[in-house]
Amino acid sequence: MRDINKLKEIARELRIDIITMVYNAQSGHPGGSLSAIDILTVLYFGGFLRYDPKNPWWEDRDRFILSKGHASPALYSVLAKAGYIPKQELQTYRKTKGFAPDGYSRLQGHPAWQGNKHGVPGAEASTGSLGQGLSIAIGQALSGRLAKKDYRVYVMLGDGEIQEGMSWEAAMFAGHHKLDNLCAIVDNNNLQIDGDVRQIVNIHPIVDKYKAFGWHAIEIDGHDYQQIINAFEEAINTKGKPTVIVAHTVKGKGVSFMENNFKWHGVAPNKDQYEKALLELTAGGV
Amino acid sequence: MTIDISSLPKKALRDTYGEVLVELGKIDPNMVVLDADLSESTRTHKFHEAFPDRFFNVGIAEQNLIGIAAGFAYTGRTVYASSFAIFLSGRPWEIIRQQIAYNKLNIKLVASHGGVSVGQDGASHQMNEDISLMRTLPNMNVIVPADSVEMEKVLKKVHWIKEPFYIRMGREKFPIIMPQDYEFELGKGYVLKEGSDVSVIACGVMVSIALQTAYELEKEGIDVEVINMASIKPIDRELIVQSARKTGAVVTSEEHSVIGGLGSAVAEVLSEECPTILVRHGVEDRFGISGPAWEVMEEMGLSVEGLKNKIRLALSKKTK
Repeated sequence: MRDINKLKEIARELRIDIITMVYNAQSGHPGGSLSAIDILTVLYFGGFLRYDPKNPWWEDRDRFILSKGHASPALYSVLAKAGYIPKQELQTYRKTKGFAPDGYSRLQGHPAWQGNKHGVPGAEASTGSLGQGLSIAIGQALSGRLAKKDYRVYVMLGDGEIQEGMSWEAAMFAGHHKLDNLCAIVDNNNLQIDGDVRQIVNIHPIVDKYKAFGWHAIEIDGHDYQQIINAFEEAINTKGKPTVIVAHTVKGKGVSFMENNFKWHGVAPNKDQYEKALLELTAGGV
Repeated sequence: MTIDISSLPKKALRDTYGEVLVELGKIDPNMVVLDADLSESTRTHKFHEAFPDRFFNVGIAEQNLIGIAAGFAYTGRTVYASSFAIFLSGRPWEIIRQQIAYNKLNIKLVASHGGVSVGQDGASHQMNEDISLMRTLPNMNVIVPADSVEMEKVLKKVHWIKEPFYIRMGREKFPIIMPQDYEFELGKGYVLKEGSDVSVIACGVMVSIALQTAYELEKEGIDVEVINMASIKPIDRELIVQSARKTGAVVTSEEHSVIGGLGSAVAEVLSEECPTILVRHGVEDRFGISGPAWEVMEEMGLSVEGLKNKIRLALSKKTK
């Protein structure tokens, strides 16, 4: 499905889920979830990611790893929409009780791998401690190549996250091994928990860094659906190199008072703010 | 019976590791081996030579080593990842916690160059804290084999247990003291010599030193029980308690800090089950020095003489 209006409609629904989850839990990370959700919507519902929610362990599935695990509301809303988990389970986000076999929540603050005893179906890695996702994606991509499988591995990193040194160990390795079944997406919303990425420790130019490590790099507006679609197509068609999509995004995108404000990195809205956010999202401003 | 342990045949555990990896690689096509630029030293290069497609050298990047290992394990593979103990357990500890332990991944972390017998590389390379670091992680099994016979038995057993393991080796050749027909069992210790006056519970190279010490003290009329506690986590609580009740005094011995390792593990069991006089023999709360391996061991008190002193200390406490 490449109907952009339908995709936008899905993203609007997921944004409402995200805000509602964080509001219900009175805890969580709305800013980086909202910046990421358009890209995830295209990946999961635009026909790019190959998956079967009824068979989360299908060996030939494509993998998606949310390395910036604090954006778990974005992942959980997608997994519910895709049919991995029941929608009502979103109410258990960051709560003690939930749908794990032992009765605890599977929707922890940061996602746990589906094989973990408190993991969520469809989560391909346990993330949240930053900087680890790309290495894990490499292991999965290498394993697929070794088994002569054609699945692809996608991993979303935060721009603040790549201050972690491990992400550059991984970038170097993936370039060296020409892992063209690997696609990294940098959700470049310019803000980290303490403020502006450029002011804290500047990681730019991101594109040049990946290119220097032997990657194919694409720069897009991460809220422009046609650009996102084109970028994923380009990544699939790029042979002999891993691809990074550096997506320029707006933290808190879709909720006016959250946009571009680092204070909304990890804060839940109060009742008035929540209602205002819902009004904006249902009014269709996005 | 008096035996001079130093006259026994010796073999480095890492040589056995390399050989067994190749054996396992032949029967398990699902297995992959990773290293971080130390494959000659860890002997994983033997697997590389035999199965070049299933060996990955990540370069000098131990965090990435663990991350990639996790990625492989997430896809259902049996993974071995090796480096020196200091770099394998210390540097990427939080990633081991977050990926391997938390998800109970089927990854065997096999560390070489544990302890002060790394010798001349000095304190920077002498890992005396790894048992402590690994033991504290939920789901992580910790094994410290005493010789190359045990190393082989351990690998062939745990290969088929789909859980995380940390297996620690020293660099040097260790005397072979375990019987060839010995079978390693997870969570079980092994009584090498029975005795009635004091129990020495040891791991790694200190097992052979403990045995030598026991034979020498026998001449002085001191009857030492020697237990090889290779399985540090899970630990053999039953055997510890049984031996402690029999002898009334326990000495632990390890090529590791006295804080957090085997000594602490045994102390936890004894204080919970049957408080007993306990003396911990190991590296004191200090960093090492450079020097030939066995000289450094001697300086750190990790010798027959050093252990005798600790045993005498335990016996003196017992008679008070």
